[in-house]
Amino acid sequence: MSFHHQVLPNGLHIIGETSPSARSVALGFFVRTGARDEGPNVSGVTHFLEHMVFKGTPKRTALDVNRDFDRIGSNPNAFTSEENTVFYAAFLPEYLPQAVDILADILRPSLRTDDFDMEKNVIIEEIGMYEDQPMWSAYDHAKKAFFSDHPLGNSILGTPDSIRALSRDQMHAYFQQRYVAPNITAVAAGNFPWQEFVDLVDKKCGGWTGGQAPRQGIRPAPGSGLFRVLTKDKVHQEHVILMSPGPAADSPLRHAADTLAMILGDDSGSRLYWALVDPGLVDSADVSFHEYEGTGSFYTSFSCAPGRTQKNLAIVQGLLGQVQKEGITEEELRQAKNKILSRVVRGSERPMGRMQAVGMSWTYLGTYRSVDDELKAFQAVTRKKIRQVLDRFPLDQVTTLALGPLEKLRKPRANGKK
Amino acid sequence: MAQAVFHHTFPNGLTLLAERMEHVRSAALNFLVPAGCVFDPPGQPGVASFLSEMITRGAGKRDSRALALALDNLGVDRDEGVGSMHLRFWGATLAQNLPAALDIYADILRRPHLPEDEIDSVRALALQDLRALEDEPRQKVMVELRRRHFPPPLGNDRRGTVESLEGMNVETVRQHFQRWFQPCGTILSVAGNIEWKPLKDQVERLFGDWSGTQVPSFRTGKAPGGRGHLAKDTTQTQIAIAYPSVPFGHPDYYAAQGAVQILSGGMSARLFTEVREKRGLCYAVWASYFTFKDRASVLCYAGTTTERAQETLNVTLEEVLRLKDGITKDEIDRLQAGLKSSLIMQEESTSSRAGALASDWYYLGRVRTLDEIQDAINGLSPRKIVAHLHRCPPRDFTIVTLGPKALRLPRKFQTLPAKEAV
Repeated sequence: MSFHHQVLPNGLHIIGETSPSARSVALGFFVRTGARDEGPNVSGVTHFLEHMVFKGTPKRTALDVNRDFDRIGSNPNAFTSEENTVFYAAFLPEYLPQAVDILADILRPSLRTDDFDMEKNVIIEEIGMYEDQPMWSAYDHAKKAFFSDHPLGNSILGTPDSIRALSRDQMHAYFQQRYVAPNITAVAAGNFPWQEFVDLVDKKCGGWTGGQAPRQGIRPAPGSGLFRVLTKDKVHQEHVILMSPGPAADSPLRHAADTLAMILGDDSGSRLYWALVDPGLVDSADVSFHEYEGTGSFYTSFSCAPGRTQKNLAIVQGLLGQVQKEGITEEELRQAKNKILSRVVRGSERPMGRMQAVGMSWTYLGTYRSVDDELKAFQAVTRKKIRQVLDRFPLDQVTTLALGPLEKLRKPRANGKK
Repeated sequence: MAQAVFHHTFPNGLTLLAERMEHVRSAALNFLVPAGCVFDPPGQPGVASFLSEMITRGAGKRDSRALALALDNLGVDRDEGVGSMHLRFWGATLAQNLPAALDIYADILRRPHLPEDEIDSVRALALQDLRALEDEPRQKVMVELRRRHFPPPLGNDRRGTVESLEGMNVETVRQHFQRWFQPCGTILSVAGNIEWKPLKDQVERLFGDWSGTQVPSFRTGKAPGGRGHLAKDTTQTQIAIAYPSVPFGHPDYYAAQGAVQILSGGMSARLFTEVREKRGLCYAVWASYFTFKDRASVLCYAGTTTERAQETLNVTLEEVLRLKDGITKDEIDRLQAGLKSSLIMQEESTSSRAGALASDWYYLGRVRTLDEIQDAINGLSPRKIVAHLHRCPPRDFTIVTLGPKALRLPRKFQTLPAKEAV
């Protein structure tokens, strides 16, 4: 695999990792904009805009866009997060010109009013779908509670009211501010000729407007420490999320933080697995580490029968408190490294996996990281580094959110005893 | 495209399949053991699920924790799944760790402890799993659809019932293991950077003396069919529809798959276009093909807010019926491009290939080459798909909804055309 990079005069970055043995190519456009970049009056506009990007351009109607993607057998998709909007597709090498043509074209959408009005319905349906999934609701509320007035607390989907209130012109203004060329990176991975790719992107995107799209409010989020119970009597299980602070996406401690999350809450052989899942005290439990620009956070979550919640919460708090105090064992660290090695290698066998990894590291770090760079960084994690993570970002200083039928839940004391 | 696929059936009936993929560093393994939930004893649903949760809690010389640790240290990502017909053991790791992982899987399949002191934990987990389904309306509606549409035990849900789970004891679980875990009908497929000869020798060593000849069988009852509504105060109404198709291996198989692709195979497929893109009725709408050995069905899903649920149901059924009125050449071109891509991209995933080998073997008794599949895809035409739809028209719909309000089935969908001659 080899890496290539070029910047167009308008500021658009083009990067690629070529791998001649791959069967396919994955192509993505990473726009550095997300829910955290939304003003108070446009909640949900980033995600709504992601949908509108597929609704056509002066050259293509919405149906043309869908048909053209299907004609090259690609399976396009997109996602919106707190910080990024990413449009991507995987296809066979022979279709590179068509794939660049479609993806680049739709990144300059017409935002036609009738499409805008129709798509509002779809967004409201999507919000309704997530409302009916309590763990998703809990996650959204937990973020809001933890980040409080930090922009990372902004909802990605928005609310039915905020979506109804959005106008096409507000979206257009947001688009013009955020989708400027220097805020976008075109990323390809797999089996493709680099120079041809650059020429194709240059032809399609060279005329995009330049300018700056600075991000406001980049700062650490220590977490509010709130303890909140949201009663929903139609939900069956109690869904609980505990959040604590963590290192930022560019921190040298991020690999240690990832490893720590795996030791705490991976779906096999983790502390949380043995404490809660193995004895059947919950239907699921998980710890994950999310890194953002300027900050990060650990998410510990479980769902269980309402009557078990108080006891389970004490167990989780106790476990977090114990790891905070005593750290982890050498054996746990070795086990985690073995799992990570396998996952990183397997994740890199598909161009789609590499495209996402290469694109993200470029977006956050401005550098290329090979599979070996990542493996080395994980191999270099020591108990001492994990201790540094714990010292700087105490695991047991949590913000807690419970969503489900319970009306009351007592906050366990910090040492885990009720 | 050159493929290196290997096959050996041992004298005891165990089938080993492998595909060598030199361009990767990993390998995936996939065991299908004919011990799925259709073999749950009558009146005791959930035994297969119970067994799949218990079987990794200690095996051979290792207790539950030692077993998990050993697999973790080999970097094996894994999953034990309960299907209608099979318990499925999937694992993927670096190719160099595959032999050591296979040693452990031989313990799990042949020498599990099934310890009595784990039974309460497993029961608690199974009961939580059942409760959690109530918070997943999209899954819940599909579980109910399959229960109504397929005859028991084919439509049974793996989770069982509260009553059955509460009454489960270790003897029942051990009996299920003893009765159904045997080499005859078991398929092991491996794909990745592996060598055939050492793999075959190792499997012979690990499983060659495994015995047992129970031929899996079960008796089917009568499908309830018809329509059902689960009343629930949710934001959205969930709509699920099923109708019969032809099974994997049937001469019409590719045409039937093609028909489902036209409905739901890509972004420009008919359901997405008509229900979501043109009318904005929902976020999620899809159709998929679901097969057993002797029968198959098309399952459709849509989730939508309650006020628009009736229109969503009507438009979805309309599209299903409209298929046989004609399909364009352009639709076939798109369908072929999509299927070709996914076929080739399968070669980038050891897990996909291991799964495909086992599935082909179970349904067809052989592994299809990529060229054979490619030829079949190239051979699809509007005429062939429409002819199939006339031979096997969508009808006898089973419909299940979940939400605040039941829906009506308009008259035109109740009196469906009888079988027409082609």
